[in-house]
Amino acid sequence: MYVYDDFDRTLVDERVNEFRDQVARRLSGELTEDEFKPLRLMNGVYLQLHAYMLRVAIPYGTLSSEQLRTLAHIARRYDRDYGHFTTRQNLQFNWIKLSDLPDVMADLAKAGLHGMQTSGNCVRNVTTDQWGGVAPDEIEDPRIWAEILRQHSTMHPEFTYLPRKFKIAITAAAHDRAAVRVHDIGLRLHKNGAGESGFEVVVGGGLGRTPFVGKTIKPFLPKRDLLSYVEAILRVYNQYGRRDNIYKARIKILVHEMGAEKFGAEVDAEWQNIKDGALAIDLAFIADIASRFRYPKYENLANEPPALTQVRSRNSRFDTWFRNSVTPHKQRGYAIVTLSLKPEGAPPGDATSEQMDAIASLADRYSFSEIRVAHEQNLVLPHVAQRDLPVLWEQLEKIGVATPNVGLVSDIIACPGLDYCSLANTRSIPVAQELTRRFKNLGTQRELGRLHINISGCINACGHHHVGHIGILGVEKNGQEFFQITLGGRADEKAELGCLLGPAVPYAEVADVIEDVVAAYVELRDQPNELFVDTVKRIGVEPFKERVYAAR
Amino acid sequence: MTAPSQQKLKVHGPVVVTGNRLSDGAVVYRGAIGWTARLSEASVVSNAQAAKDLLVLASKDDAAVGAYVAPVEINNGQIEPGNLRERIRLAGPTFDLPASFGI
Repeated sequence: MYVYDDFDRTLVDERVNEFRDQVARRLSGELTEDEFKPLRLMNGVYLQLHAYMLRVAIPYGTLSSEQLRTLAHIARRYDRDYGHFTTRQNLQFNWIKLSDLPDVMADLAKAGLHGMQTSGNCVRNVTTDQWGGVAPDEIEDPRIWAEILRQHSTMHPEFTYLPRKFKIAITAAAHDRAAVRVHDIGLRLHKNGAGESGFEVVVGGGLGRTPFVGKTIKPFLPKRDLLSYVEAILRVYNQYGRRDNIYKARIKILVHEMGAEKFGAEVDAEWQNIKDGALAIDLAFIADIASRFRYPKYENLANEPPALTQVRSRNSRFDTWFRNSVTPHKQRGYAIVTLSLKPEGAPPGDATSEQMDAIASLADRYSFSEIRVAHEQNLVLPHVAQRDLPVLWEQLEKIGVATPNVGLVSDIIACPGLDYCSLANTRSIPVAQELTRRFKNLGTQRELGRLHINISGCINACGHHHVGHIGILGVEKNGQEFFQITLGGRADEKAELGCLLGPAVPYAEVADVIEDVVAAYVELRDQPNELFVDTVKRIGVEPFKERVYAAR
Repeated sequence: MTAPSQQKLKVHGPVVVTGNRLSDGAVVYRGAIGWTARLSEASVVSNAQAAKDLLVLASKDDAAVGAYVAPVEINNGQIEPGNLRERIRLAGPTFDLPASFGI
């Protein structure tokens, strides 16, 4: 966990007082809606179909048990007893009253939480690998760099009114779990030939109505230059990014139209002016930030203790969950545990306040009081002793978060869709719910292997449909809900955008079509362990199209 | 998608003016004497000028925000939402809320 200092606490407390005053002036009529809207958006407050929605920032997806309890408290006291974890590692409350919001923010602030920069045309919550600091394949903890960027970008006066919102993601592992290539800036921490660590800088990735996989403009950036280089990128974007057309305002459009090479040259020119100035990072600063991350005092434990192996051998249900939801940890004798928020028939990513409280208590007992939020809308207990896994599993089962479907076909990413969102064209959650029912057989899911379905209820792509192995996009046709289906997308280090399967299908047929796509995959894969996305890569979408549409 | 409040006003049948209550965001409709939470109390108009007039009047009443014109249907004398979006706004999400999936 990162430990906030007095500066952070003062900043958050002052923002609460400021917002309380703004809300009071709005409710009294002193501020008009046009005056108030940008102020509420700066605090993560949207107006959705049924109510105000509050988006709470969870920097790099790391939560303490105290913070999770606070979120449960907010859900229970001010909302409808649940919260929704998002693809940006944040949490949204869907039923908040404006008149309650100052008190909500005051309660959040007591736990070091807030909604700043979760909306608006600024640098948003910096996201990273949900296994940061514990993944065996990382070269170092990427959250330290996410924190450095968070501090640099929070209320940065030059970047508070960018042409459009700006999202940064960081990975430090060989396998990209943070989807860095589809962010405005993606940072991949890696080692060069000399064994030094630095960043590959990718810009101009993004989804939405004009999706792009980002382009690498700097294969290796020394760590000391991270802030100055990111600042140079933001300056070039701030100067040249379009402000006349909201649909062409993201940096991806600028990079595409300017060309990555020219864009990179502009950034380099800007960077030369500032790289050796105040933003150059020295080792002492990095050490200071790193020192504020409190790492657990792990016990000296052996891998695969008898307490674990014996239960695995005699309890097949536990063993199934272990093989699906438990991942090796960089510390011997420990494990990373993913909690599925995707039980059959439930809205993806939602957790009740009772579940959040229970998970906080389990984190206290088994995970050094720490929880992570994954961009796939699941939660993670990052530091579990392997000997504790059987008893932890029993507790997780009781609260409904031990469905062994992580990374499988029913582990669906879905945006809130038309059931909540004022921008959506179609529903997405009910589509996800129906698909989890169609694929409820866990044996079948395991036989299918890793298969990501991502659903968005509109072209804004909050459900990341472009990079789903199977992507589902809701579109409106003559007042009816239709869905376009794409195949072959992926968000990892081999990021690709999916290819359109064929004509959009009506709401009532979506689940049937997806079942047919999956059946076609089983027929077309060249061996049982060829993943869906690899089959699509090998043969393209045409063989799927022939099979799926032939019957229609 | 362009939100209804940002779309060009087109009226092809009965419509009401709707918005969200300022204090809590609840869905409200413009009625004869102000904003109301009941669709049955909404003022229904059927041409663009009348809709525009109703919208202008509603927009001056700060008790609700984001006012826009929404289609309705009149069935057996009852006012009903004219599309899925408005049905969801009136009745809530089309699935059980998560508390019912809880522990």
